[in-house]
Amino acid sequence: MAILTQEEAKKIIDKVLSYAKADETEVTLSGGRTGNIRYARNNVSTSGETNEIGLNITSVYGKKSGSSSINELDDESLRKAVARAEEIAMLAPENPEYMPMLGPQDYPESKTFVQSTDDINPDYRAQIGADSMGPSGEKNLVAAGYLEDFSGFTAMGNSKGMFGYNKRTSVDFSVTVRTADGTGSGYAVRDYNDVSLLNSREVTNIAMQKAQASVNAQAIEPGKYTVILEPRAAGDLMGLLTRSLDARSADEGRSFMSKKGGGTRIGEKIFDERVNIYSDPSNSIIPGAPWDNEGYPQKPVKWVENGVVKNLFYSRYWAQKQGVAPVGRPSGVIFEGGNQSLADMISSTERGILVTRFWYIRGVDPQTLLFTGLTRDGTFYIENGKIKFPVKNFRFNESPIIMLNNIEALGQQQRVDGDLIPAMKIRDFTFTSLSDAV
Amino acid sequence: MKRRDFIQLSGMGLGALATSGLVMLGNPVSAEALLEPGIDVAAKKMLSNVALDAARAKGATYTDVRIGRYLRQFLTTREKNVQNITNAESFGVGIRVIANGTWGFSSTSDVTPEGIKACAETAVAIAKANSKLQKEPVELAPVPGYGDVTWKTPIKKNAIEVPVKDKIDLLLGVNNAALDNGAAFVNSALFMINEQKYFASTDGSYIDQDIHRIWPNFTVTAVNKTSGGFRSRQALSAPMGMGYEYLDGLAKDKSMNPAGFNSYRNSYDMLEDAVNAAKHAQQKLTAKSVVPGKYDLVLDPDHLGLTIHESVGHPLELDRVLGYEANYAGTSFATLDKWKSGNFKYGSDKVNIVADKTQPFSLGNTGYDDEGVKCKEWDLIKNGILVNYQAIRDQVKILGEKESNGCCFADDWSSVQFQRMPNVSLKPGTEKLSVAEMVKDVEKGIYILGRGSYSIDQQRYNFQFGGQLFYEIKNGEIVGMLEDVAYQSNTQEFWNSCSQICDKDDYKFFGSFFDGKGQPSQSSAVSHGSSTTRFDAVNVINTGRNI
Repeated sequence: MAILTQEEAKKIIDKVLSYAKADETEVTLSGGRTGNIRYARNNVSTSGETNEIGLNITSVYGKKSGSSSINELDDESLRKAVARAEEIAMLAPENPEYMPMLGPQDYPESKTFVQSTDDINPDYRAQIGADSMGPSGEKNLVAAGYLEDFSGFTAMGNSKGMFGYNKRTSVDFSVTVRTADGTGSGYAVRDYNDVSLLNSREVTNIAMQKAQASVNAQAIEPGKYTVILEPRAAGDLMGLLTRSLDARSADEGRSFMSKKGGGTRIGEKIFDERVNIYSDPSNSIIPGAPWDNEGYPQKPVKWVENGVVKNLFYSRYWAQKQGVAPVGRPSGVIFEGGNQSLADMISSTERGILVTRFWYIRGVDPQTLLFTGLTRDGTFYIENGKIKFPVKNFRFNESPIIMLNNIEALGQQQRVDGDLIPAMKIRDFTFTSLSDAV
Repeated sequence: MKRRDFIQLSGMGLGALATSGLVMLGNPVSAEALLEPGIDVAAKKMLSNVALDAARAKGATYTDVRIGRYLRQFLTTREKNVQNITNAESFGVGIRVIANGTWGFSSTSDVTPEGIKACAETAVAIAKANSKLQKEPVELAPVPGYGDVTWKTPIKKNAIEVPVKDKIDLLLGVNNAALDNGAAFVNSALFMINEQKYFASTDGSYIDQDIHRIWPNFTVTAVNKTSGGFRSRQALSAPMGMGYEYLDGLAKDKSMNPAGFNSYRNSYDMLEDAVNAAKHAQQKLTAKSVVPGKYDLVLDPDHLGLTIHESVGHPLELDRVLGYEANYAGTSFATLDKWKSGNFKYGSDKVNIVADKTQPFSLGNTGYDDEGVKCKEWDLIKNGILVNYQAIRDQVKILGEKESNGCCFADDWSSVQFQRMPNVSLKPGTEKLSVAEMVKDVEKGIYILGRGSYSIDQQRYNFQFGGQLFYEIKNGEIVGMLEDVAYQSNTQEFWNSCSQICDKDDYKFFGSFFDGKGQPSQSSAVSHGSSTTRFDAVNVINTGRNI
């Protein structure tokens, strides 16, 4: 059995702590089932399921720490694992940045576990694959897709009395549909905690439509264009911004968030005033875990308000050094959107490019947060409020900082990789060359 | 150990934008545990035969068994501090079978006759279940049974046996050298991997291999707080299929490059490179911003290796060409019709690119691949023409060939083996030519060293590469450092603009230590050899921006 109850988990953790001799000991016990099905060329290529459970022990003497992990939970194995972690800790060099473990915390209830996802079995996965491959094959299109589902738990406790327990489910589904002659390609992707929200036939249908509509793409000159980014495309770039909001690198002078002369840009208005970015673990579409990466209870945080930077991540060490409160990394970020549908955004566009997704995004200059990458799987030219024709893919060189100063409109939100991201209409987006890739 | 453990290494800081969550497989153990011997060869053979017999009894027509002990030691530091010391061991068995003409795979960490028997039976059951969906039966190219054979990376010093303290002293010494020379920050790391792999199959092979890899790396950062500017320079080391001797820094493996500092071949002076890096990072803060336009590029092997990897290595993976990676990494422009035509001009006449897993000191170097095929070298591009792909036993029939290329790999005993990139290398020029002589002939160009930003489309046509160091060449002379440089091109256009390749004296390896492929993703290590090469009139853009 991979998912232990809170009581079962606590019993094991308490037992481990009772064996410990170190100054401080922390135990994390986690387990779950991961399943997947992968297909290509309208044929299943791999499928599998893994059940696993593991226990990790961190022992600390002064500022020296050591870890060990184990998959057997009998008393003898637990005793040995504790002894091993303590032995490694005693031999480890001192970590001057070590922070003492936290005491008891009051963790909020989380909604990360959904029974429907826990109920997934191999037949269910096969049906998801069949619902995707079947319609594609009927239309002489070729589907390649991947579903991965997880259902499991994490429990943690330490020698200072902290204890937390959480169950979580997740499902990620993506599909690429190509025309048989390889001249058109479409893509769609979804992620949920609750698999009952996933309809692989509908998602595949979007990819099929994009594949058919993208045949015979025309080449147009690269340059600066107004772009309408579907939430997936917007999320590809916004995620890179929101994961880089780190106070330490800003204070150290090596971040786009560094202030000239020293310090961070907290308090500065560096984006359009319509930009509001926050996190909220109680959000029902992207429910958050009870604790952050530092072990503190997750709470709502405003990162950007009306274009002004309000918060950056502060590790416990860095917060103490700077004399501020620690701010942990959120499990998901909410980028406030608007009411416009994608169709509204298109109909109000005189001349622009609709982008399904980006691909192979890599950092070019951390100073300006400049990224390069390409459009992929459905790129279309818009003229006088209508999609006119598919266009060849572009390479871009653009910074999310510049994009968020060039906002034309923000549309409806969608869950993208655990974040909530709106469709975005951005002017003067920089495409630097053309690609022949389909 | 009953699972694959992913150990997250935090705070690596190696390439601020490029490194996203480095993971390693295995359970954390003490450094001493890595020195313990694994089970002996006779026991491995006995256990393998249990799997072969059990699978055959359940109806398998082919079986291979991999008993693997994977040892990984990763050390990371920043400035004066040790951030992480991770020792991990992963031990178990992966069993792959063909039943009803269909693949089945199962793995277990229960390395006992009972555990292995059950695992083999599960693999057969999975194959039989999957055979209902199979459209065409698997057909394997024949391979001889090699009997009992062994192979070992030709190392001089087993890096895992070197005391952890010595390695930490080296890294902290490197950090001090960079800080003493003006760096504001420095992250350094040592990655060491030892794969103890035993392979047995119903073809009659029992192959015991001991494979070693090492990668020293650092990122040095200089900051100007007044102007708000910062610049980094990464190590010019290469990950290698070597032992700790790679860090000896032997004079015979150093050569002064036209920019006036040492480059390294099969022996690396990490301390010297850190001093240079600190100076370079500061120079970059005030270097001239490039004027965009067409330039002749002189590309150092430390840099060109990544361009080879992305624009030749990946597009010539046969599974990509066929569409098996369509939903993830993508497909390939190098379609079968281009290969069949026999005249697809991938590059200029000077371009000869070979694949191999046999070059000493390379990351791909092994005696046999993970399906028991003896490794070899073969041509991919000959005199500029596309002549072959990378293919394994169940793929070569598509190419009309009867022998696998020997490039099948799994990153752990618990992962199923599949086609992975072997070393893919550009052959050196046959005429005597040094880098200095090459630069002398360039009127308007840029000399580029080191691995920088890289991006390429899903069919491998359009790419953009940066680098670590850029030097402007004017009328045959290097006149100074440039910044904000990236070049954009199209694979075929780029390789056809190749006009000169330095001779074998300049040949060295670039490597990728964590190359990802597949869903769920697997990591492999691969080298790319080349000599400094010139490409004419390539489009260079300026990546500087104001925010």
